[in-house]
Amino acid sequence: MSRSEPRGGTAAEAAVPSAGGLPRRAHGRAPLVAEGLFRTAALSSAAVVLVVMAGLLAVLVYRSRLSIDRFGWSFLWSAAWDPVRDNFGAASSIFGTLAATAIAMAIAVPLSLVIALFLVEVAPPRLARPVGYGIELLAAIPSIIYGMWGLFVLAPLMADHVQPVLQRFLGRLPLFSGPPMGIGILTAGLVLALMVLPFITAVARDVFALVPAVMKEAGYGLGATTWEVARKVTVGYGMKGLIGGVFLGLGRAIGETMAVTFVIGNDHRISASLFASGNSIASTLANEFTEASEPVYLSALVELGLILFVVTLVVQVLAQLWLARLGRRAGSVS
Amino acid sequence: MRRRPAWPRKAADVAVKTVSALAAAVGLGFLAWILVVVVRHGAAALNWTFLTSLPAPPGGSGGGLGNALLGTVVMTVLACALGVPVGMLAGVYLAEYGRGTRLATAVRFLANVMMGIPSIIIGLFVYAVIVLPAGHFSGWAGAVALALLVLPVVARTTEDMLGLVPNSLRESALALGAPHWRATVQILFRACRAGLLTGVLLAVARVSGETAPLLFTALNSPYWPQSLSGPTANLTVTIFNYAMSPYPAWQQAAWGASLIITLGVLALTIVSRALARERK
Repeated sequence: MSRSEPRGGTAAEAAVPSAGGLPRRAHGRAPLVAEGLFRTAALSSAAVVLVVMAGLLAVLVYRSRLSIDRFGWSFLWSAAWDPVRDNFGAASSIFGTLAATAIAMAIAVPLSLVIALFLVEVAPPRLARPVGYGIELLAAIPSIIYGMWGLFVLAPLMADHVQPVLQRFLGRLPLFSGPPMGIGILTAGLVLALMVLPFITAVARDVFALVPAVMKEAGYGLGATTWEVARKVTVGYGMKGLIGGVFLGLGRAIGETMAVTFVIGNDHRISASLFASGNSIASTLANEFTEASEPVYLSALVELGLILFVVTLVVQVLAQLWLARLGRRAGSVS
Repeated sequence: MRRRPAWPRKAADVAVKTVSALAAAVGLGFLAWILVVVVRHGAAALNWTFLTSLPAPPGGSGGGLGNALLGTVVMTVLACALGVPVGMLAGVYLAEYGRGTRLATAVRFLANVMMGIPSIIIGLFVYAVIVLPAGHFSGWAGAVALALLVLPVVARTTEDMLGLVPNSLRESALALGAPHWRATVQILFRACRAGLLTGVLLAVARVSGETAPLLFTALNSPYWPQSLSGPTANLTVTIFNYAMSPYPAWQQAAWGASLIITLGVLALTIVSRALARERK
C-alpha cells in the first residue's frame, strides 16, 4: 500500500463542518505546510547518510592526491617511512594490520563458535542468559580501556611469562624469535581477538538459535549426541550466517584503533617475529597525524586512511550483501 | 553388521561440552579481569578533587580531570543534539515516507555500512571538512564527529522500532484525518517510546567511550573548556596522552579516567538493555 500521500487534507475536506468529532482544517493550508516540512526534513536527513558516505570517499581522495601523485601505486608496497626525506609507503602498516587481524581471527572465530554452541545447545537457559549477557558486555567496554589493560596488565604478563615459554618450546621458528618485550603484533592480536569475540558470538548465537527445532530433534531421534547434532545439523544449517558474522568481526578488527595503538609498539617495520613491535594503519594515523607538519607527510597519512576506508568498505558491503541475501532466503523458507 | 561401541561418541560429546563451557568461562574471565583491573587501579585515583579540578603540571602530583570530564559530557550531549534528531528523521524516512523506494534501500544499506566504518576514519573526515578550513581544532568538530557515529545507529533503530508498530495503529491515526507527520510523531513515536530510548542510549554509550574520532578534531587541552571553538579537553584522549607519558601520577590519573568512562558506558548499556527487556 502507499502511505506516501498526506491524507489529513482530503479527509478534512470531505467532512461536513457540522459532523461532530471529525477534525476540520481550521487554518487553511497550514497542516499541508507542516506535512511538507516534516517530509522534506525526513528526506534530507536520510540524504545526509548518502552525502556523508560519498563525501568520505571524495574528501579522502582529494586530501591524499599529493601522496598519490608522488608515489603512485608503489605506495601500497613500499616499506619506506621517512618523514625527513618525505618518502612514504604503506607496506609496514598494511602488514601489521593484516598480521594482527589474522591472529585475532584465528583465536576469536573458533572461540566464538564454541561459546555460541555453549549458549544455545549446552547450557540450561538459566545459565545461558547471564553468560550471554556477560559476553555481550565485552562489546560495551570502550576500545581505550582494552588499550589500558593491554598495555599495563597483559603486556607485562606476556613479556614475563607467556613469551619466554613460547620461546623455550618454539623458539627455533622465526615466528617466536627476538626479545620478548610484551608489546608487539602478538599482543595486539590477542587484544583484538577479545574485542571482536562478542560480535562473532552474537551472530553465531542468533544463527544457531534459528535452526528449526524439528531438524535438531530429528537428529536426536536418530540417537545422535549433542555434539553430533551441533556439528552435522546446526553448523551445517547455519554456515552461511556464520560467514557473515566472521566478516562483521573482520571489519571491526581491521579498523580497530586505540587498543592496537596501545600495544602494537608503533614501529614502522616488517618482521617475521610475532614478538616484534609493528604498526597498523589505524595506529599510524592515531600516533602521527597531529604531528605531521609537511604536506606530503599529511597527505600520505590521509592516503593510509583512504586504504583503510576502502578495505573496511569492501568488507562491510560484502558482509551486508551476504547477510541480506540470507535474510531473504530464510524469510522465504519459513 | 557389528555395532560400533557408543563410548567414543559419548566421550567426544562430553569433551566438546566441557570445551564449550571452558570457552565461555574464559570469555567471562577476561571481562571480570578487565573490570577488576580498572576498578582497582582507578579507585585509587578517584576523589572529589580529581573530579573537579584542573590537571597537575607534567610530573606534578594532585590535580584532577574536571575539565576533561566536563568536555566529554558537553561534547557527548552536543553530539546527541545533532545526531539524534537527524537520525530519527532519517529513520522516519526509511520506515514511513520512503518505504520500498530505491532511495530508502540505498540509505538503509549505507547506514549499515557506515556503522562499520572505523571511527578514526570519521575523525579524519571531520578533520578535513571542519578543522582544516577553520584552521584550528575545536570541540565543535569533536561533537560533529561523534554525531556522525550516532546518526546511523539511531536511524536504524528508529526504523526497526517504527516497523514493529502495528499497521492498524498507523491506519487509525490517518483515518482520523491526522496528517502523516502527526501520526508519526504523536502516535507511532509514543507507541515505541521505550525502543527509541534504548536506541539513543546505546548510541550514547557507544560514542561516550570513543577516542579515535576526537584525536584529530577536539584534540585535548589542559584548561577548562571556555568555548567549543578551541581544542577541548576530554577524558578519552586524556587517557591516551597520560598513559603514554612517563609520569606515574599521570598514569594513575589515566586509570581514574578509565574508571569513570567504564562505569559511565557500562551503566548506559545496562540501563538501555533493561529497558529493551522490559518492552518484551
